[in-house]
Formats: sequence, C-alpha cells, structure tokens
Amino acid sequence: MNTDRPIRLQTENVGVFYGSKDAVRNVNVSFRSNTVNALIGPSGCGKTTFLRAINRMHELTPNTRVTGKILLDGQDVYASDVDPVDVRRRIGMVFQKPNPFPTMSIYDNVVAGLRLAGEKNKVKLDETVERSLRGAALWDEVKDRLKAVGSSLSGGQQQRLCIARALAVEPEILLMDEPTSALDPQSTQRIEDLMESLKQQTTIIIVTHNMQQASRVSDTTSFFLVGDLVEHGATEAVFQTPKDERTEAYITGRFG
Amino acid sequence: MVTRADSLNMKAGISKTLSPARRAQNTAAMVLIGLGTLIVLVPLFLILKDLFLKGFSSLNLQFFTQSQSEITFLGSAGGFLNAIVGSVMMLAVALVIGVIIGIGTAIFLTEYREHRLVPSVRLMGDVLTGMPAIVVGLVVYGLMVRGLGFGYSGIAGGLALGLIMIPVIVRATEEVLKLVPQTLREAGLALGLPRWKVIMSIVLPTARSGIITGIILAIARVSGEAAPLIFTAFGNSFLTWDPTQKMSGLPLAVYRSAFEPSEAAVARAWSGALVLVLAILVASLVARFAVRKR
Repeated sequence: MNTDRPIRLQTENVGVFYGSKDAVRNVNVSFRSNTVNALIGPSGCGKTTFLRAINRMHELTPNTRVTGKILLDGQDVYASDVDPVDVRRRIGMVFQKPNPFPTMSIYDNVVAGLRLAGEKNKVKLDETVERSLRGAALWDEVKDRLKAVGSSLSGGQQQRLCIARALAVEPEILLMDEPTSALDPQSTQRIEDLMESLKQQTTIIIVTHNMQQASRVSDTTSFFLVGDLVEHGATEAVFQTPKDERTEAYITGRFG
Repeated sequence: MVTRADSLNMKAGISKTLSPARRAQNTAAMVLIGLGTLIVLVPLFLILKDLFLKGFSSLNLQFFTQSQSEITFLGSAGGFLNAIVGSVMMLAVALVIGVIIGIGTAIFLTEYREHRLVPSVRLMGDVLTGMPAIVVGLVVYGLMVRGLGFGYSGIAGGLALGLIMIPVIVRATEEVLKLVPQTLREAGLALGLPRWKVIMSIVLPTARSGIITGIILAIARVSGEAAPLIFTAFGNSFLTWDPTQKMSGLPLAVYRSAFEPSEAAVARAWSGALVLVLAILVASLVARFAVRKR
C-alpha cells in the first residue's frame, strides 16, 4: 500500500438504512489519494449501498438514511452546509450498465457536465472532449465521429464514453459500480488497463463481483459481508494472507 | 377446401396433426376475434363514409374564404372561415395553458414523487379527467365570463379547452417520464448537475417524442368539443382575430348549423365536420412524422 500518499476519503461509523433495515453498519475505512480501491463481497453485502453513500446518491431514494461521517479531504460530505450537487461534482460515478444520454452526441455526452453547469467556451469544451476521451482510451476510435449519437457505440465503447463523461468534470474521486459486469472480456480488459492510468489523475473506488479483477487492478481491497466491513487492507495482503477466516473462505471460493 | 382460418392455422404453425377438437376451437376463436374487429370497425367506416359523402359534396373554396356572416338570406355563399380561425386561436390559447400546466404537473408527479402533495395532486388530476366538458365550460363561465366580468371571449373558450387538455397531457407525459430509465437521472446527478437541470436537459429531451404524441392526443381530444365553448366563446358569425371578442369554433359552428332550417346550412355543417376530422388526422400525421424523423 502506498502509505506515503495522503488520505483522500475517510469514513467514520458509516451506516445506511433502508427504512428501519440497516444495509450497511459501522464502516470505518480510508482511501488514499491516487489509488485504486476495490470493494468486494457476495451479492447483497452492501458494497454498492456503501459506494452510493459516498456521493450522496441515496438521497434520490425515499426512506433511505445515512449515518456517520464521510470525510472528503477532511470535510464531511453530509454536513448541513454542504450542497449534494457540489459533492457529486467532486465525486464522479460510473455505473454498472453504460448509460450515455440517448439524445446527445458523443461530444455532447462528454461535455454534458461542464456545459450544463454553464461552461460555454468552445475552445475549453473542445479541449475537454479530447482530454477526457484520451483519458478514457476512446479518442482514437471516435475522433472522426464526435457528432454521432452516443448510443451508436458498442457496449464497451459506451462504458468508456461514460468514463470520459465522468472525467470531464475532473472529479477528485471516481466511484465505479461494477463497471465491467455488462461487458465482454476484451472490453473489460481495456477498462482495467485504463484504471491504471486513471489513478494518476484521480482516486478510484470500484465495486466488483470479480475477485480476479480486484486483485489485478486494486491497491487496497475491502471485503463486505451482510452489511459489515470484514476486512480492509492492501490487496496483496487481503488475498494472500487474509486476517479473517470469512475473507479467506470467500476469496478461496468456498461461498458467495 | 381451405378456409381462411385454416390458412391462418398453418401460418401459425399449427399442423394438421392437431386433434379435430383443438382445430375447431382454434377456428372458432379466430372467427370470434374477426367478428369483434368487424364490430369495432363497421361503425367507424359508416361514420367516415357519411362524413365524406355529405361533407365533400358541399365543400368548396368559399367554405375556407368566407365567414358565416356572409351567408345570404337564401343560404348561398358564406363559409366557416370565422369558425376555422376561432378554433385555431382558441386551440393556441388552450395549448399554452395545457402544455405549461400539464407538463409541469407531470414533472412534479414523476420527478418529485417523495413530495407530500403528490397524492392529492394526482387525485385532483383524476377528478379533472372525469369532469364533463360542459361542466368545465360552466366553471369558466362562472369564474371568468361572469365572475371577473370578462364576458364571452376566445380567451375564455381557450381556457376551457386548456383545462380539459391538462389531465390528458399530464397522464401521457407521466407515462413517458416513467419510461425514462432511472440510471439516466443518476448519471446526470452524478455529474454534479442540479435536479432541475437534469430534468430539463436530460429527462425531458429523452421523453420528447412521447410528450409530443401526448400533446397531439390532447389537441385531438379538445378540438372536437362544442359544449365547453357554448358558455365561454359563445360563437360569432363574423370573422375576428381578437381573442377578447366572442369567437366561434368549428364544432360549435357545426352544432349550430346542423339545427338550422336550411339545407345549405346543414350541408355546411357536414363540411365543417369533415374538415375537423381531416385537420386532426393531418395534424397527428405531421406530428408523428416530425417526431420519427429525429
């Protein structure tokens, strides 16, 4: 683990409730700047729920409550004077299924975040499109058809478009919710390669069902089980010398 | 002999090896379905046949260029220009009211589902859907024509039509907004966009064609209404472009002319009905085409 890097995101006793049911309990974890951090665990273990708590995405679902603190650079994103819109600006998200805006071209998709926030400078927008698409390793494939609709791309390309769209607003943290689960192995490979370069500019927290993926791409791994964070540590350590027997059982494939 | 039902059976891949009882059942079901379709279609064709035969015979250029005020004592000359203009003007007023309030309400109902006023707004929408058109006309009469002393006017007529449009547009827009995947809203919010911007720039454009279809349906629904105009626009045999004046509308002119003791007037009523039906047809075709092109 790169312990020399500063802590970017830290959670204190984070819990998430759907109504009266607690889906996530007492999560205390920290993620360092410019690292890839994997959240693993069986279905329903709360890893996605925890991920969505980080950028206040739960606020769209009625009866959902988040407790505890989530500190981004030391500031609680749930503090009463913090606007969720600002939080989401600083913490981007890539979803399980590629979801480009269907009415927009590739170009418009990438700059959606900037343009709808009021940026009109054509030069700045053009630069952003190229930088973001290069960042998402999609530029060479689409540079000649930026005006085509985003949904005309293949599934893997669409997902990279969504990554480019998230990168365009230069988020400090990028949340990825099983970003490759709807993709073929080749597209998955490209996105995994991408993460290595993305961490130069941002901090990635990725939920994945695929343990090989976690071990390939991540610096740290957090193992969740029925709402509890069972183990968190450097990926190598978690996979080779797990401290908890439940972690060992899961990663050796005995359940989940 | 191969009957129509038999050939359908074969198309559907039902082989001759099927037991005779099953095949008989299948044939019987086919006949019943065909009969049902026929029962629905026959009245429609009868109406259209009558409309075209009687409507076309007295349709001429005059019908579109002259107003009812120009009808001579003997019933010749004159046309429905006043009513056509009136319908267009009042529909324009109705559209402004129906589209703004209708889409706004639908957005409130679908995008702000957690708001505590949503159930009551939805209930009111349902009540408005079942409100007889003539009652809407009377309400506008009571509130605006008499209440505010506005008098009979095109605006009052347009308002009545607009009120009838609202629940139609709300219902249609609500349905298409529900079809917009939640992941698109989340994608927009995750970019750090405020909710209203996500709705305006992402949700509404995605639902655009469905919303337009709903608006056309609403226009089609109200453009044939005569009842709400009686107490509001009142009718006017002179041509006017001023919506603060009394105005006629196509359905109103048809309704009144049909009861006039003059063959020419009755013939004009048929033509008016035909023009109304064709206008709605053309409008929906044009809109559908425009929507599909994008």
